[in-house]
Amino acid sequence: MQKPEYDAELVHALGGAGLLTDQKNNPDIERLKDHYRQMLRIRAFESEAVRAIADALVPGFIHPSIGQEAVPVGVCAHLGRDDLLLSTHRGHGHTLAKGADAEAMMRELFGREGGTCRGKGGSMHIADFSIGMLGANGVVAANITIAAGAAHALKLRGKNNVVACFFGDGATNRGPFLEGLNWAKTFDLPVLFVCEDNQWSATTKTSAMLAGPGPLARAQSFGLAGTSINGNDILAVDEAAKNAVASIKNGGGPHFLHCRTYRHGGHTGTDPAAYRDAAEAETAMRDDPVATCAQLLRKADISESSIRAIEEEATAEMRRIKDNASHAPWPDKRIVYEDVQDLGAVEAGR
Amino acid sequence: MNSTCTMTYVEAAIAALREEMQRDASVWALGEDLGRGGVFGQYKGLQNEFGPARIADTPISEAAIMGAALGAAMTGTRPVVEMRFSDFALCAVDELVNQAAKARYMFGGQARAPLVVREPVGMWGYLAAQHSQSLESWYTHIPGLVVLAPATARDAKGLLKAAIRCDDPVVLLEHKNLWPMRGEVANGMDALTPIGKADVARSGKDITLVSWSAMVHECLAAADILASEGIEAEVIDLRSLWPWDEEAVFASLRKTGRLVIVQEAVTTSGFGAEIAARVAETCHSDLKSPIQRLGSPRVPIPYAPLLENELKVSPQMITAAVKLSVRS
Ligand SMILES: Cc1ncc(C[n+]2csc(CCOP(=O)(O)OP(=O)(O)O)c2C)c(N)n1
Repeated sequence: MQKPEYDAELVHALGGAGLLTDQKNNPDIERLKDHYRQMLRIRAFESEAVRAIADALVPGFIHPSIGQEAVPVGVCAHLGRDDLLLSTHRGHGHTLAKGADAEAMMRELFGREGGTCRGKGGSMHIADFSIGMLGANGVVAANITIAAGAAHALKLRGKNNVVACFFGDGATNRGPFLEGLNWAKTFDLPVLFVCEDNQWSATTKTSAMLAGPGPLARAQSFGLAGTSINGNDILAVDEAAKNAVASIKNGGGPHFLHCRTYRHGGHTGTDPAAYRDAAEAETAMRDDPVATCAQLLRKADISESSIRAIEEEATAEMRRIKDNASHAPWPDKRIVYEDVQDLGAVEAGR
Repeated sequence: MNSTCTMTYVEAAIAALREEMQRDASVWALGEDLGRGGVFGQYKGLQNEFGPARIADTPISEAAIMGAALGAAMTGTRPVVEMRFSDFALCAVDELVNQAAKARYMFGGQARAPLVVREPVGMWGYLAAQHSQSLESWYTHIPGLVVLAPATARDAKGLLKAAIRCDDPVVLLEHKNLWPMRGEVANGMDALTPIGKADVARSGKDITLVSWSAMVHECLAAADILASEGIEAEVIDLRSLWPWDEEAVFASLRKTGRLVIVQEAVTTSGFGAEIAARVAETCHSDLKSPIQRLGSPRVPIPYAPLLENELKVSPQMITAAVKLSVRS
């Protein structure tokens, strides 16, 4: 097969996959500021969403990703609008980083009109097909085979795009992980598998349930190229994702990124995570992606006030969005019967 | 011993498993997060009491949970499988439907698969399309499976105990809305609810309401309203969906001549259709008005409360159906 040309147009406005040079010593400041902004937007969005639970604005479950923000931001910085994304139950970060409208997302969490899924999905099923976000998922690991299929279609249609598929460490114990990775490699498909390893599967420590050296070794056993990185280091994620996406777009086949990170809160927005060892949590949370990024900005002589300004802007944006969403109207009841199927769908008034 | 005590549905379920594990060392449970007590607290305290080998935490591997339970069931133990939400049991349908349900028959009677699959069902907490389904009719359709759906604390205990002692695979559907509901529960190691026997939850002469699981309580609420208007509804809580107590339904119908079947699941191809068909085949001459079925329209379960509520059968819908039947 002829190697496809690298298509620069498809690279995200954030700077593009080719622009990073010696990031550690000489980071691109505007890019770093942008990363910081995106991470804070995710954190502010989820903080507002968690607070909204107490205000009884969120009918269902949410699974916050606070503490894990560098992974979606670093990865999605290398995705263009036409690249695709499949997410999980813990998907707000991925969705925001891919460029979804934050207010539509908040409206979805609140079950209001104007939500990304018209109030039919909620947090666990947020999707925005207009930006290539093919859905969060309520079933752990189910997105992995779907991602392989999306990539299969891209290949059949001759597109030079990638599919990014996020999942947790716990998901690597499900069958679809094996089947999806094997599929992607066998058919040589453009998938970037991103394992966000936060050490926990709901309330169970994943290491107690996982045989062998872990997710990366499993991926490598199928012949996938991959690396394990500190997922709380935005530069490390940015660099690894750059290389991975470039390799995939140059015909290198599926790629695996194992990102070590930590979930600061509980499994859901109301879980106090009392089952977690306090010392473990404290140590892990010291490696906070947002704080690390702020440090990098300081080192690059960005003033405290500009750093603060970015934070305040993100907080204000999400506060406004929560306020708007909380005043949004409820959906029209009749939509419950819409979008079931074309033939034989039920009408209102059963 | 025939004393009773008051407890919640979830406490009754814990007590049932505890008693059966005390009684029979071959009983064990497996599933995700059981050590923490399970998602709904239905295993609370049991890992401390019985240790992690008998209340076993597992990887997120539904197919392996179900398949391993079958293997262990055919090898001299009685596994209780926790599927967390009934929706996730769909990740293990091959292991349950192609394997466990058929093992006894397909192997010419050599095998027994005494396992219990616990599946929390139903709309609860606005969790949308992949965490809210009621799929009982998938299982009643499968030869080899026993299907149970307790509506009360008494039967949450009595049916789980009976299920554990059953030598065939049992799917036990526990409704998430019922966990906190209190009720009288029989004491005693052998206080089982018999599989295949319905309960007349309220007697009446004018119309028969047949239901199971959480919808029994909507029927009882409707019967209260109807009683104040002079209509005496009989409410039958089926409790077992396979085998199901046809005789209890037929007997009630011979008395009332009118039937409304109420389920939370999608009406189309639901278990109510089976009841309606059997009644039509068997009691046609007793029927004074057409059989009615109430259930969810054939729509995936949406997230927003106002949308989800559109799908639910309410006591008002039941009373309306009853009045239609009584008037015709
Ligand atoms: C097939 C399936 N089994 C169980 C669950 C319940 N569940 C939801 S999230 C979760 C933990 C997932 O852990 P991991 O994949 O590491 O992702 P994380 O929650 O840490 O982001 C579990 C067990 C589910 N949603 N789907």
